[in-house]
Amino acid sequence: MDKRIRVLVAKPGLDGHDRGAKVVARALRDAGFEVIYTGIRLTPEQIAESALQEDVNVVALSLLSGAHNTLFPKIVELLKAKGMTDVLTIGGGVIPDSDIPGLKAAGIAEVFTPGTPTSAIVEYINANVK
Amino acid sequence: MANETLKAGFEAYTAGVVAKLDKNPERGNLEPSRLYTPLDVEGFDYEKDLGFPGEYPFTRGVQPTMYRGRFWTMRMYAGFSTAEESNKRYRYLLANGGSGLSCAFDLPTQIGYDSTDAMAEGEVGKVGVAIDSLADMEILFDQIDLSKVSTSMTINAPASVLLCMYIAVAEKQGVSADKLRGTIQNDILKEYAARGTYIFPPKPSMRLITNIFEYCAKNVPLWNTISISGYHIREAGSTASQEIAFTIADGIAYVEAAIKAGMDVDAFAGRLSFFWNAHNNVLEEVAKFRASRRVWAKVMKERFGAKKAKSQMLRVHTQTAGSMLTAQQPNNNIVRVALQTAAAVMGGTQSLHTNSKDEALALPTTESVTIALRTQQIVAYESGLADTVDPLGGSYYVEALTNKIEAEAWDYIKKIDEIGGAPEAIAKGYIQKEIQDSAYKWQMDIEKGNKIIVGVNKFQQEEEAPKNLLRVDGSVGELQAKKIAALKAKRDNAKVEAALATLKAACADDSVNLMPLILDAVHAYATEGEICGVMREVFGEYKSHVAL
Repeated sequence: MDKRIRVLVAKPGLDGHDRGAKVVARALRDAGFEVIYTGIRLTPEQIAESALQEDVNVVALSLLSGAHNTLFPKIVELLKAKGMTDVLTIGGGVIPDSDIPGLKAAGIAEVFTPGTPTSAIVEYINANVK
Repeated sequence: MANETLKAGFEAYTAGVVAKLDKNPERGNLEPSRLYTPLDVEGFDYEKDLGFPGEYPFTRGVQPTMYRGRFWTMRMYAGFSTAEESNKRYRYLLANGGSGLSCAFDLPTQIGYDSTDAMAEGEVGKVGVAIDSLADMEILFDQIDLSKVSTSMTINAPASVLLCMYIAVAEKQGVSADKLRGTIQNDILKEYAARGTYIFPPKPSMRLITNIFEYCAKNVPLWNTISISGYHIREAGSTASQEIAFTIADGIAYVEAAIKAGMDVDAFAGRLSFFWNAHNNVLEEVAKFRASRRVWAKVMKERFGAKKAKSQMLRVHTQTAGSMLTAQQPNNNIVRVALQTAAAVMGGTQSLHTNSKDEALALPTTESVTIALRTQQIVAYESGLADTVDPLGGSYYVEALTNKIEAEAWDYIKKIDEIGGAPEAIAKGYIQKEIQDSAYKWQMDIEKGNKIIVGVNKFQQEEEAPKNLLRVDGSVGELQAKKIAALKAKRDNAKVEAALATLKAACADDSVNLMPLILDAVHAYATEGEICGVMREVFGEYKSHVAL
């Protein structure tokens, strides 16, 4: 690939715990991706708009507050509404296993739970980015 | 030189070990030295470096008899869903030997939004209890005697509002403010640096904090007006030395702000409290607690000229490290928490929250919270760790480590002073960068296998998905919306408007202490979102800049 993969690492909702998001962002950057980190406390609208403006291939969402079932699907919908149908949307955080099927059905391609090595996320993106 | 024979002996020992390292190799990646001896604490001066417990520099503890008199306060952080649900959990904890309350608020409450605000979508009741007005607070403390219990509230940017609500509930119970005991976190600097629940920019935030110091010194004298928190800095990935250094630098900034606002240091410093993390490395943690007390005592005495012993003491609440809980094999977390508890107790904490085994997955169930509370009780009553003061004092290793952490902390404090103090160092992103670098190093050490986390990168096993996780359903938001609508129909809205208008005008005048005006608005049943809303209008909102 001559063009580098562009990833938006984003934190929807109100939780400020972005240790994971920052570590992932940095690991993705070290793996050769172009990474944009949004910072904390973004609305789904702001995230979808950033994804569009930055023309990213991947949106990586991080949420630790438990609001994922509400906010993740909303972001997927907004991305679609903006015509970003090819973007690979993945998520991570404190997410119970039982919520994962629902999130996948809503368009989150993969969910990475605590303890996942960053290398697994890099491999997943390389294998699945469109 | 008595040390000459020791030095020779140590050299002989080392030579002997090294000669056999090929045959008897050591594990790699070991940070401490092989062996600690009196050579590692040369120049050690008991009276100067340790002193006696309850005496400067408080290395051995802040009370003369520590846990021989009374155990630390077993204070379990709890709160979820509605005030009704959380009230039940509080009463359960108190009935089971919990000795203080610790309130977890949901994120909309922590960021000054009502449950009905668009920003609150999906978050209501999730990580803590939803509090929209005094009416919710009355339910939260229903049948809990506020003259008897001490209550810690993890609330920062809107700490003034929640404290006023607490004062108002107490009034209704017939308990005057001068009897109230507890703590508000009220530490905005670490919110900018590590935790994220800021609202206002630094200047008005620091004003609110000094307003609280001043108001409480006169009206709520037993209240800990701030809990200067390293916990979240550590959770964000810092090292032990960074945790205490950045936090004490924040503490210096608060003391400077209060002095600048015209207060005498000894009038407020005795009510400053701290909040440490109890992490995995037991002896490093013990040394950290000891070093932190010594550093703060010196800061207060030498830098600020505090005269009262109380002003020089670093009193600390502790929580076991949430970020060290693993989602894998969650029962292992019980053991981790027990060791972290041992560290906090040998470190001399004044109160402790122990995490539950399931918290890497969800909020804890009643069963797992009970195990966490019992862990403290077992350490208190069965382990013997609480039976003598500072049991590790005099250990060559622990004393050397205490000195090392202290020295590293001073280096950071000096560097932050050169930058212009903690607020400036945060504005420049220096502190955030240091924390992030440590967090990244930690993660890479795990991924490279330099650091082993049992069940995560070694000894993994196939597991079934855990059952019985606590879920907060989505209806809490609707329930709170109904409560707010009913409240607005019932309260005297003219009175609310008037109280908010007065508060708003005062926000623009730096010379006014806002606490009495916030209390008026709370009494009138203005919602938290309305009160923070008028403050937002005058103060504006903080925007963080992002750097990787």
